[in-house]
Order: sequence, then structure tokens, then C-alpha cells
Amino acid sequence: MALTGLQIYKLLPQTNCKECGYPTCLAFAMKLAAKQAELADCPYVSEEAKAQLAAAAAPPVRLVTVEGPGHKIEVGNETVLFRHEKTFFHQPGLFVRVKDTTPVAEIKAAVEAAMGYAVEYVGMSLHLDGVAVEAASGDAATFKAAVAAVLEVTDRALILMAADAALLETGLSATNGTRPLLYAATAENWEPVAALAKAKNSPLVVRADSLDEMAELTEKIKGAGVQDMVLDPAVRGLADTLVTLTQLRRLALKKNFRPLGFPLITFPGEVAEDLLDEAAFASQHIAKYGGFIVLDRFTPASAYALLALRANIYTNPQEPIKVQPGIYEINDPKPASPLMVTTNFSITYFSVANEVDGSGVPGWLLVADAEGMSVLTAWAAGKFDAERIAKAVKSTGIEDKISHKKLVIPGHVSVLLGELEEELPGWEILVGPREAVDLAGFLKLWNA
Amino acid sequence: MTVEIPVEKWSGKVIEVALGATAEEGGTRTHAVTVGGQTTLPFLHFEGAIPYPPRIAIEISDQRPGDWSPLLLEAWGDVVKDPAAWAKAAEEAGAELILLQLSLTKDGDTPVTVADAQAVTRQVLDATGLPLIVFGPGQVDADNELLVAVAEEASGERLLLGICEEKNYRTIVAAALAHNHLVTARTAMDVNLAKQLNILISDMGLPLNRIVMDPTSAALGYGMEYGYSVMERLRIAALQGDKMTQLPMLVTVGYEAWRQKESKVGVGVPEAWGEWEERAILWETLTTTTLIESGADIVIMRHPEAVRRARVFIDRLMGK
Ligand code: B12
Ligand code: SF4
Repeated sequence: MALTGLQIYKLLPQTNCKECGYPTCLAFAMKLAAKQAELADCPYVSEEAKAQLAAAAAPPVRLVTVEGPGHKIEVGNETVLFRHEKTFFHQPGLFVRVKDTTPVAEIKAAVEAAMGYAVEYVGMSLHLDGVAVEAASGDAATFKAAVAAVLEVTDRALILMAADAALLETGLSATNGTRPLLYAATAENWEPVAALAKAKNSPLVVRADSLDEMAELTEKIKGAGVQDMVLDPAVRGLADTLVTLTQLRRLALKKNFRPLGFPLITFPGEVAEDLLDEAAFASQHIAKYGGFIVLDRFTPASAYALLALRANIYTNPQEPIKVQPGIYEINDPKPASPLMVTTNFSITYFSVANEVDGSGVPGWLLVADAEGMSVLTAWAAGKFDAERIAKAVKSTGIEDKISHKKLVIPGHVSVLLGELEEELPGWEILVGPREAVDLAGFLKLWNA
Repeated sequence: MTVEIPVEKWSGKVIEVALGATAEEGGTRTHAVTVGGQTTLPFLHFEGAIPYPPRIAIEISDQRPGDWSPLLLEAWGDVVKDPAAWAKAAEEAGAELILLQLSLTKDGDTPVTVADAQAVTRQVLDATGLPLIVFGPGQVDADNELLVAVAEEASGERLLLGICEEKNYRTIVAAALAHNHLVTARTAMDVNLAKQLNILISDMGLPLNRIVMDPTSAALGYGMEYGYSVMERLRIAALQGDKMTQLPMLVTVGYEAWRQKESKVGVGVPEAWGEWEERAILWETLTTTTLIESGADIVIMRHPEAVRRARVFIDRLMGK
């Protein structure tokens, strides 16, 4: 949490020697608080003050990176409790758990299915982040074989889960060149586990049954030289998880409470009855402060729903996701192919473009600059009116590419028909269907 | 080490709104359903009161809905042709409230008449003891005409009538005033617009404990996050003491989730979307669970299986 000018002033020499270029230490402190000056400009700050200022500047929730051979995921560094206050920055990692008691062939198949999964959503390719391998067998060789098997089929990040340091170390020995997250240090085993994490430079999950114990434990582990921690507050029920995760985020942000300023890990599958239950629980952790979410069940439908939800919640509320305005050519259109107009809000553009693409009908899609708003929102805000649409038609040079003068508008803005006919003399304005799903049927009737 | 848990001291409270009137209160409902009363953010039981759980309403229609996903029609079966039977089935499926959606026309083009609207309202009231929500077809003239008739027919029942919007609320509010009903006030995902409409409605003399806000919802993947954040902002404002934001909130999650391709269409969609029915139910369920976490007090749903999922979710959040 940033310090105020006065708090910084107390850490300065208070001699007003002016060498920093400011008339007083207080003036300099104010500039520092506003991030308009550099601490290095004062030659007389003590080492202790420097350390305190640096600590205060550190993010309240530590950024933790977990790396697989080909992918890495960064979690933490959040600055707000509610996304409307600014935005959420680092999406929670979605992991799928496998247990080493499962036959290796089945483990591989499960990992291939989950990690091979990808889905297109508004122009982004979404996928899960990694695999949690659990040493449920308690046997070192079995665990090592399972970890090795997982790495044969995926290059995503790993979480290694085992009861003690020796098992974790064996698991780690199969993960060459990667930086998995180790699970977990507890009050009982923290010394050897922390020593291992330090030796291997691995991030470490800390699990404790109460926040008091948790804070003590993270301080001890920090003392042992481990900085990158993730917290498992060992609550599993839906109500308790919401409360505890909220308290942890508040402690980090509002109290700048360092011992608990780390990303959080959840296991929605452990209390869920089935796949849908688990997805519903995971939806809470996506919206409310989960950092790493370990799933026990995977299907394409559940992955799609959770990935879309994560993308939604982590969209910057200050900035709608937009596409570039202009002409988009779909299915290699000819001069006689239909011309449609839509807005540059990503969700809108992709729902339309995907339908045209899927219909197989070649078409020109004119994307008007509606400041990233949906059709009706933009229409209501005056950003998708006849004038703007006409301007898009005229400024993009689409007239030179087509051999007709017909323009299809979204059914939802059929009211623009008359005005558009005035703005675009000589053009025939056609009202398309209201929903993009019905575009394919509409286009098949086109005979320009 | 003793960790001091930060507790928010809120000064405001969400207004309690009771839907439905029992015989004692001048209606025929077997019980009233109350929402609101919270003195903290959703489900933070440790720092405030959450006297009532979010309530699940199931949407039924005055006639077989022509544009519903085949999955929904299949799930409900024959009852979709009979609003009374449908209401009973909805009650069995776990509804605490019934939304009766009136149509603009019947069999394609004959307009739904005042007599039709009254008859179907009566049938549903007779079939179930649950409190009733009635929405007009969503076209200004028809809404006014039909909802006035419904208000009269069900006089004293404390129906929740909708949808009031800035461009059309006077007639509906007047009907609610005259016949002891409630109204739902919809605005387009904006705190100030919501406050403004609540003021306009209460200026007509309708007490705040007879208004439910609908800040407008959208489906997962289709703008849901905007509704999510506006609801969080409205609820925070309410707890901070801003009176005109202290109304319970209603969301039409079933309508929103089931008009998207993910739920409507089973063939010709990307393979990565997975199994159709599972996806569709997840789409409604996750839209619901996420909006419940941001403060929804009434969720209007469509699929019985999604309802079952939402019920488990709510029970667990309420510590059951
Ligand atoms: C999310 C949202 C917002 C977000 C903005 C999101 C964005 N970037 O656009 C926010 C909260 C900022 C917002 C603000 C406003 N909104 Co708004 N908003 C919505 C909401 C909930 C969803 C919109 C959405 O994203 N839909 C999904 C996209 C994909 O839909 P779409 O663009 O229409 O595209 C579909 C079709 O049109 C079709 N299509 C698209 N292009 C084409 C092209 C052709 C050729 C064809 C055939 C079809 C086609 O295909 C798509 C899929 O089917 C709707 C209500 C709802 N539930 O739908 C209200 C809604 C659109 N908003 C509305 C209003 C009034 C506003 C405001 C003006 C309110 C205000 N006064 O502040 C502001 C305006 C913004 C401003 N002044 O800055 C009203 C519009 C009323 C009306 N009928 O005119 C709506 C309908 C809500 C309501 N019922 O009152 N809004
Ligand atoms: S250089 Fe340092 S000590 Fe001198 S006035 Fe500036 S802040 Fe104060």
C-alpha cells in the first residue's frame, strides 16, 4: 500500500538541505508520494528508511509465478476488492487434479483431454493452465512416475501435492527445468518443506486451519528464505470459503497485512457432489478471490463455461473489448456478396462473424466505430446511428469493392431504416434478423 | 499471532419486501415470500444480518413458448400448454415464486385480450399458493392494458407487476397502487438510472417496500460482468445508506441464458462447446450463481435442473 507524503516525510532526514532539488524534505516527500520524484535523488536517506519505503511499495498481494516447460502463469498483485473499483489483473489459474493412484495410461488420457482443450471466445483462445499431481499413494516411485507421465503429455504448469518433503522432492526430481507449485507446508512439516522450496526456488502453498496459525506459519517460512507463497486456509464449504477468502483479500488490501498478502488456492471439487456442483462452486472462487483453482472434474462444457466466466470477470470494466473498425471479409466474398453492418464491440462482432463464417455464405462485414458498444447499447448512446453507419460505408471504400448497393442492418435497430435511406441515397437498406443465430437462414435467401 | 479481521460497519440496510398476500392480509397465497433485510454484502454472515436467502422464481408462460430452446420444452413436457399445470410443476421443481409471462399474441397473430390475461392469472392463482410475478409482453400499450386488468383481477394479492421502465411506468404503478400490488423497476445497468426510476415510482406514492429493482442482467459470455458490477455498486451504495438504492434486486437469468446460442443450439456449434444439455444447464446455473454472489435477491429461472443446482448453491451459502 502506498504511503502518504507525511508518512514518507517521517522517514526522511528532515534537514531541508535542498540537494534533492526541492526546497524542503516535506516537498520532496510529497513528490515521492505522487510518484513524481525518485528516492535516489536524496543522498541522505538511511538504509533503514530505504527498506521501509521499498516494503511499502511492494504489492499487497504478492505476485507468484508457476512455470511449466512451455507455459507460465502469474497470479496475485491484485489491488481492489471489487472489479468496478479498477479491474482485476491476474486471472486465477485453473488446474485439473490427477492422483498417482490412477493407472498411468488413464492419467495421461485425462491430462491430454484437459490440457489439449482450447475454446475460441471473442477472438481469444482460452485454455486451462495446468495439472495438479497428487501423491495419493504415498509412494515415492509411484508419484515420480505419475509426474513424469503428466510431463510427457503436457507442457503446462504443475502443482505437486504430497504430505511430506521427501515425497515432494522425489516428485520435483521428475520436473526438470520447471517451477511447479509445491503443496503444502503445514505446522507439522514446514521446516523440511520450506527448506526444499528454498533449495529449489519453488513457490509453496501454506495450509493452516486458522488465519492466526497461517500468519505465524508464513512468517516462519519467510524467515526460512521462501518468498513466493500461496495460501490454503483449509476451508472447503461454500459459505466459509466466501467469508475466509474475502477476509484474506481485505487483510491484504485494507490492512496491508504482509503475513497474509499472498494468492489463495481453492479445491471446489472436494465438497461438490458432481461436475455441475463443482463448476458452480468454482464460479464463486473465480469471482471472489481465488488465485489457483484446482478442479477434480473436467468436461469441455464445464471448461468452456468456467473459462468464459473467468474472461468476463477479469475484463477491464473501464475498457470494453473492441475490434478494429473496418471491412472484414468472410468466406472470400465476391463483389455481389451481401454487405452487413455491425458494431466494434468484440462480443457483438464475433457473434456475427462466427455465424456468417459458419453459414458458408461469403459476405462483407462492415464494422462501424461504435466505441466498443453492443448494437442496442450503442444505438441508445447515439454511437450507432444512421450518420455513423453512413460514414462507415463512405469512409471505408466498401462501395468500390461491391457491385450492389444493399446494406443489411441488425434487426434490433430496424428503426434506423428511414434515416439510413436518407443518409445513403440510392442504397437499399435491408433489415436483418434480430439475433445473429438466425443470420445463416437469412443469408441463404440472399440473391444479389 | 492474533489476526484482526477487518469488519465493515455499514450504516444502511436493504429494505424488506414481502411478495404475496395470505388470507389474513387480504389475498389467497399460502404464505408470503420476503426478500431484503441485509445489513452486509452477500453471504458475509460474520459481519451482518442476512435474514432471507435469495429466492428462486420459475418462469412460465401463458402459452407454449414458440421461441424457447427445445431442451426447455423437453424438460417441462406437456405442461407448457397449460399454465395451471405448469405452475404446479414449477412449484414441485422448487420454485418459491412463479413468474407468469404474458404474450402479445396467441396462435401467432390474434392479440392476447384483457379477458385472456385475467383468465390465465386466475388459473395460475388457483393452481398454486405461491406468490405470483406477472410480466406484460414488453410492448408499451399491451403492457399497460393487460397489467391493469391483471392487477384488478388479482386485487389484494400483492403480485409483483413488471416491467416498469422509465418510458413506461405510470400506468403500471397506478394499477399496483389501486390494487395492493408491487412493481419491478428496470433500468439499463446504471446506478443513477436505477435511483432515478425508483424516485419517480415512489413519487407516485408507491412505498419503497413495494418496489423491486431490476438492474438488467445479461448472460455469461454476453455482458454478464456489467450487470455483476452494477449490482455490486448498487448494494454497496445501499449499505452506505443511499436510500434509493436500498431495494432488493431481481434478475432475469433464465431469459438471458436461454436466448444465447450456447443454450439454444445443439448442432453446428464448435466441438469445444461440449455436450449441449450439460452446457445449457451450466450456462443458466453459472449466470445465476455469479449474480447471486453480487447481490441478486430474486432470480427468475427456466430449467428445472438449473433450479435444483441453484437451490443447493443458495442453501450452502446460507449455511445449511
Ligand atoms: C452490457 C450492456 C451495457 C454495457 C455496455 C456493454 C458494451 N460494451 O456495449 C453498459 C453497462 C456500459 C451499458 C450502458 C448503457 N446501456 Co446497455 N445494455 C447492456 C446489455 C445488458 C447487454 C448488451 C450486450 O452486450 N449484448 C450482447 C451483444 C452480442 O448483442 P448485440 O450487440 O445486440 O448483437 C446481437 C444482435 O444485435 C445481432 N447482431 C449484431 N450485429 C448484427 C448485424 C446484423 C447484420 C444482424 C442481422 C444481426 C446483428 O447479433 C448479436 C447476437 O445475437 C443490454 C440488455 C440485454 N440484456 O441485452 C443493455 C441495453 C442494450 N442497454 C441499454 C441502454 C439504454 C444503455 C444506456 C444508454 C443506459 C444509460 N443511459 O446510461 C448505456 C449507454 C452507454 C453509454 N452511454 O456509455 C438498453 C437499450 C434500450 C433500447 N432498446 O434501446 C438495453 C437493451 C437494456 C434495456 N433493456 O434497457 N449497457
Ligand atoms: S535531499 Fe534529502 S535531506 Fe535534503 S532536502 Fe531533499 S529530502 Fe531533505
